[in-house]
Amino acid sequence: MAYSDKVIDHYSNPRNVGTLDKSSNKVGTGLVGAPECGDVMRLQIEVDEFNVIKDAKFKTFGCGSAIASSSLATEWLKGKSIDDAMKIDNMDIVEELALPPVKIHCSVLAEDAIKAAINDFRVKNGLAPIESEKVHH
Amino acid sequence: MDLPIYLDNNATTPMDPRVLEAMLPYFVQKFGNSASRNHAFGWVAEEAVDYAREQVAQLIGANEKEIIFTSGATESDNLALKGVFEMYKEKGNHIITMVTEHKAVLDACKHLEKLGARVTYLTPKPDGLINLEELVAAMSQETILVSIMYGNNEIGVIQPVKEIAKIAHSFGALFMTDATQAVGKIPVNVIEDGIDLLALSAHKMYGPKGVGALYVRRKNPRVKVTAQMDGGGHERGMRSGTLNVPGIVGLGKACELGRLEMQQDAIRLSALRDKLENALSQLEESYVNGNIEHRLPHTANISFKYVEGEGLMMAMKDLAVSSGSACTSASLEPSYVLKSLGLSDDLAHSSIRFGLGRFTTEEEVDRAIEVTRNAVTHLRELSPLWEMFKEGIDLDSIEWAEH
Repeated sequence: MAYSDKVIDHYSNPRNVGTLDKSSNKVGTGLVGAPECGDVMRLQIEVDEFNVIKDAKFKTFGCGSAIASSSLATEWLKGKSIDDAMKIDNMDIVEELALPPVKIHCSVLAEDAIKAAINDFRVKNGLAPIESEKVHH
Repeated sequence: MDLPIYLDNNATTPMDPRVLEAMLPYFVQKFGNSASRNHAFGWVAEEAVDYAREQVAQLIGANEKEIIFTSGATESDNLALKGVFEMYKEKGNHIITMVTEHKAVLDACKHLEKLGARVTYLTPKPDGLINLEELVAAMSQETILVSIMYGNNEIGVIQPVKEIAKIAHSFGALFMTDATQAVGKIPVNVIEDGIDLLALSAHKMYGPKGVGALYVRRKNPRVKVTAQMDGGGHERGMRSGTLNVPGIVGLGKACELGRLEMQQDAIRLSALRDKLENALSQLEESYVNGNIEHRLPHTANISFKYVEGEGLMMAMKDLAVSSGSACTSASLEPSYVLKSLGLSDDLAHSSIRFGLGRFTTEEEVDRAIEVTRNAVTHLRELSPLWEMFKEGIDLDSIEWAEH
């Protein structure tokens, strides 16, 4: 299977690899996936007082498409408000990276990681987590 | 050095130029049908096929009349299993094999189950070798065939075929082996090993794709298989179809070269394999899969914990290797061979198979070590699991959401 140029670009030069202080109230952490399934993503956001994501970091155990999906997600998250970040859809990632059908689960995982990070941030700050009603493609 | 470096010789091997040279006259000038008995074109082709049959037979210690040419090991496996079942089903309906066999054997067995066969799939010991006591326990008067591969394609372990054959014979069953990875790489002798049927393929030993053979014992006992393809009654009625003369010539030449050069290749390749394995074992949390004593000289299978196989292969783009990772298959299931060894899914996902070959150089192995080391280090920097491991977090204590 050949990878798209964008997957290769994100894979070779992953953006925003790293770790934020998960004990901070400003940081939300999403850890999704399972080692048994061959992919685990950890995505972290740092949110400012205006509910805008000013930093995002990731680390991913997984195939090239999983790494590229999370790298792209961090790029998109930076500068977005929490509300806009909630709207990121896995199919946007599929489209941007031209993921083949067998790799769609990587984009689903990235969307799950975004939502998990946001909810972690909300819960830390006394807000109720947002239940996702979306059915994945 | 040409890039990428080919280290996937268990999947297929490049043809030896000497094999190609032997084949070339049989496409245009000597194009005859070996079954044409009445003219020189046919005789020339028949002579070439007979010579190849001797070359194949000689490599495995067989008589040339015991060699049936096929399209490859998958067909040979199918013919052996289905042909034996059809021929001997009055005697019994039980077949014993292992879960680590190639899909050609496993899926043929699945097919036979639908036709009334009872199949026992033995699980290997954690090192990949068969548990002979379990084999004995599984044998019965109904057992007509024991089918165990010679050398495993993924982890390279070599099964104790002599002992397996003795056990099979003591219960009156036949012993078949898929020797695709072993023939031409290590000494295989059908008499000494007690093999009744043996499948082999040309393209795993520097020959062309699309041609292989099935050895079918002719005496002590005389083994018969029911043909699975009807037609002109070629190959003593066991495999109809016009013979692939150039392919068969190539298989013959590949067998001859294997016989003459096996020993020097094996010494050289096992030294290179050990060099690779020793260097990569220096990496933290890396594990060699399979028994390291009884195995093919050219195969190394290593798991690098906390990195995922496909992601790893992408970082090793200068190397052509294989992974037991789910992501390399359409099924999203990690290697069933590695899982049967009791490896956890995450270690199976993290495995890389290095398959060295006749044309692998030391320079290439050195480069492979460097590329792999860098890739593992790079991906571990990206891996949340590695970070957690380094922080002393027990990954088993986390409730992962399986998806």
